Amino acid sequence: MSITVKDVQHVAKLARLQLSPEEEAVFTEQMNAILQYAEKLNELDTENVKPTTHVLQVSNVMRDDVVKESLSQEEALLNAPEEEEGHFKVPAVLE
Amino acid sequence: MLSLFQYRLPELHNMLHSKDISVSELTEQSLAAIAERDSKVHAFLTLNEEGARQSARMLDDKLASGAARGLLFGLPAGVKDNIVTKGLRTTCASKFLDNFQPIYDATVVSKLRQADAVTIGKLNMDEFAMGGSNENSAYGAVRNPWNLEHVPGGSSGGSAAAVAAGEVLFALGSDTGGSIRQPASYCGVVGLKPTYGLVSRYGLVAFASSLDQIGPVTRNVEDSAYVLQAIAGYDAQDSTSAKVDIPDYLSALTGDISGLRIAVPKEYIGEGVDTAVREQVMSALKVLEGLGAVWEEVSLPHTEYAVAAYYLLASSEASSNLARFDGVRYGVRVDDGGGLLDLYHNSRSRGFGPEVKRRIMLGTYALSSGYYDAYYLKAQKVRTLIKQDFDEVFKKYDVVIGPTAPTTAFKLGSQTEDPLTMYLNDILTIPVNLAGIPAVSIPCGFAEGLPVGLQIIGKEFDESTVLRVAHAFEQNTDYHKERPQL
Amino acid sequence: MSKYETVIGLEVHVELHTKSKIFCGCSTEFGAPPNTHTCPVCLGHPGVLPVLNRQAVEYAMKAAMALNCTIGDVSKFDRKNYFYPDSPKAYQISQYDQPIGLNGWIDIEVNGETKRIGITRLHLEEDAGKLTHVDGGFASLVDFNRVGTPLIEIVSEPDLRSPEEARAYLEKIRAIMQYCDVSDVKMEEGSMRCDANISLRPVGQEEFGIRAELKNMNSFRGVLRGLEYEQFRQGEILDDGGVVVQETRRWDEAQGKTLSMRGKEEAHDYRYFPDPDLIVLHIDDAWKESIRSTIPELPDARQARYSEEFGLPAYDAGVLTSSKPLADFFEGSLAYTKDAKAVANWMMGDLLGYLNSNSLELSQVKITPQGLGEMIGLIAGGTISSKIAKTVFKEMLESGKLPAVIVEEKGLVQISDEGAIKQIVEAVVAANPQSVEDYKAGKQKAIGFLVGQVMKESKGKANPGLVNTLLAEVLNG
Repeated sequence: MSITVKDVQHVAKLARLQLSPEEEAVFTEQMNAILQYAEKLNELDTENVKPTTHVLQVSNVMRDDVVKESLSQEEALLNAPEEEEGHFKVPAVLE
Repeated sequence: MLSLFQYRLPELHNMLHSKDISVSELTEQSLAAIAERDSKVHAFLTLNEEGARQSARMLDDKLASGAARGLLFGLPAGVKDNIVTKGLRTTCASKFLDNFQPIYDATVVSKLRQADAVTIGKLNMDEFAMGGSNENSAYGAVRNPWNLEHVPGGSSGGSAAAVAAGEVLFALGSDTGGSIRQPASYCGVVGLKPTYGLVSRYGLVAFASSLDQIGPVTRNVEDSAYVLQAIAGYDAQDSTSAKVDIPDYLSALTGDISGLRIAVPKEYIGEGVDTAVREQVMSALKVLEGLGAVWEEVSLPHTEYAVAAYYLLASSEASSNLARFDGVRYGVRVDDGGGLLDLYHNSRSRGFGPEVKRRIMLGTYALSSGYYDAYYLKAQKVRTLIKQDFDEVFKKYDVVIGPTAPTTAFKLGSQTEDPLTMYLNDILTIPVNLAGIPAVSIPCGFAEGLPVGLQIIGKEFDESTVLRVAHAFEQNTDYHKERPQL
Repeated sequence: MSKYETVIGLEVHVELHTKSKIFCGCSTEFGAPPNTHTCPVCLGHPGVLPVLNRQAVEYAMKAAMALNCTIGDVSKFDRKNYFYPDSPKAYQISQYDQPIGLNGWIDIEVNGETKRIGITRLHLEEDAGKLTHVDGGFASLVDFNRVGTPLIEIVSEPDLRSPEEARAYLEKIRAIMQYCDVSDVKMEEGSMRCDANISLRPVGQEEFGIRAELKNMNSFRGVLRGLEYEQFRQGEILDDGGVVVQETRRWDEAQGKTLSMRGKEEAHDYRYFPDPDLIVLHIDDAWKESIRSTIPELPDARQARYSEEFGLPAYDAGVLTSSKPLADFFEGSLAYTKDAKAVANWMMGDLLGYLNSNSLELSQVKITPQGLGEMIGLIAGGTISSKIAKTVFKEMLESGKLPAVIVEEKGLVQISDEGAIKQIVEAVVAANPQSVEDYKAGKQKAIGFLVGQVMKESKGKANPGLVNTLLAEVLNG
């Protein structure tokens, strides 16, 4: 599997990154090198191996349905780049 | 001037207790050391001068009142800048969070406060903990105190350098693929990565959630046990926190390792490991042998696959973890009036550095439609095999020992061109994160004036044995007493 | 009727009415000032971690069981990655390949026929925040109070064949959720939401046609109208030999049509993967049984019981069990009267008529089951007439007072004293010679007028049976 500049552009779009043409070229090359290295994993037969998502041997970690105090509106908006009437403000969603 | 280096923690406790020194004096000394040395080392990103002085005064009052003192009473500490501190700027060494004021404290930060430590400031690192040299900090690289032309390692380079340079008595770091142990090795200090789940991750800005662990960076093993004692334990706010009894780590430091069974993986001392590093490790094994331990060569056959599996897993998780940095609720927003999509693109593209972008790209690709099974799932399965390697070895042995890194600290700028070579520096630390087990790096010698680290890896939740072995070695060597000349 | 067969599948989102959010302790209460029910966790601040609310899991299990789903032994949470300002982490914690429930079904009834609709899956996830558009559409305001409210998504098989079936399915889902007491299921408040996939295919063709995804149908009526419009639109395209575009369309209530949501469609790739911050759920038999034992009698069972036990027609039993409050009211009344048929009649007629014409919920009127039951008793005992009862009923709707109190206060007790009524009858007969003459001439209608006059004179309180008897006596005597 080899990835192209077009693949890189698609992935950048998914990741909401704007790459310069230079970055696209460098990333294409570097990602190919890394993924080629990752091909190594295919030397291993993992047909009957279970995937590890967690190393911890626990299950059913849950909390009780108890309401805790929330932040004040002021605290919630403390780092907001832009706010209006107690809301976070963003440019329009629909282009 | 009294030097922070001279005393062990219990001695400092006694001096504070007998009022030979005050917490304020200790704090001022830390701040003075930073003022004197940090322009060279560049370990700190943000200083908490006023906050630290205020805490010190409060603790001195507490001392005067005779109230009970916490385990880390009065000790000046540094905190890696990916651990959130309420009201104290936390950047993750990223431009994206240049102006970020956390609205809560990480669990470990609350625990430091409960233990009466004094937080001096926030430590430099590779941006979002991605890197092994600290050259990925958006605020300039940290320098290795042993040789300012060399890297301190990463990503907790600031934590290791600050402790090595005597700026703080201990620091917290985080370790995803070696980020505590490798810089500890490069800087000649003690760095412990606990078992996954032993220390709460709540408030640690996630890089790779299934691998990240917070741990102490200290001057010696005894200090490491102290700090671990203070920060370990179940946290209801972290679903991946383990409900295990926390032993008394200090009482494990008996100095007795007779009969200890040590496994030395041939993959850890073979090709790719510098001769000088190997020699120091082999002589360290002789020291342990002299103390009654026995060692044998073993194999961890899947070691060579660890780096590939790690980069797929860690990058995939990171691509999702770092998606929240979108310029809507906090952090940098670059809005040129072009609408929401432009805001996302501009904020993220200008906020993140090249290594972070590279890993987000790799992870996004590995998770994307059609590739999940080939990359992410495959890597998770290989992770299982790597864990099984360790399980097998631990059936017969108490600890696994090898070098922490294949080389000593390399020169700044010497590896920045090729990410893959840089990734391979972590080959000896990554398997430990994949298996979720504890490991410590301790100083075991020097090569061309730069420290060499010995890695001691233990069974799940068996930090006591890891620390006991490290302590026994330390008691019989003087490497940890060496200090860089700055 | 048509040469096309409509194929519809619904995705229904139901907010679970836990007290706190699914992954943090913030309140789920509706209607608070913006961004006051938030914390670092639900705001997606750096470093936070989710902790699963047990109640949300148990509500989801209960709902899944009530929909006849199989509960998986192992269930896990996955991240659904997408950027949108109402999603603070830029991923939604949802369930991908191991949902809480799989392979369920419910029965619906349309035009007197029962049909089984398959349910593909039921999974648990977190709700998003709320966007308000301002500055003439150039900006949006984000309120994160709702983010993290637990949701279940119920995905049906494409088994529905008409907008009416879709509506019946949705109403049944609502009733079941209500019976299970896991949600408020109010479409107007957004605690129940519905998206649809709809396609047409030539009658007899096995392969599905190209479908459109329909969003923004915010009421039962909206679902019906939106699907009817889309069915019509696709039919026109096919009639003209065209091809339906696979896309997401939005139902515009004001314009009464569906509109294409262009732009949102660029390659969705959610990059699902198991959430490393959450631990897998192992659901053993004991846990399943403990939840199963809390499921009450569901609408279908209750409907059957009403027919059997009270002899109600299937239709009446269906209406009364279509919502839990209604059915509970019905049964509540039966503690005060044995006449189930009378309770049913009053509820189906006067009660539902009043609620429908005033667009009210049962909870918004004050009448109690005790009031209705006792009123029926007063009629049966002859204390009030059916006619007076109408007045009493109206008063109960508004004040919630018991009927005996109303009768007392307003002096509405029926006059059953023969002597007293006879006096009025005689007076009316004397005052209306023309009507008496008409009656005697064979005009039966005239007696109606005379009865009316008697009732009027008695202010409606005269026992109508006695009035009839006595009037006949006087006229014929």
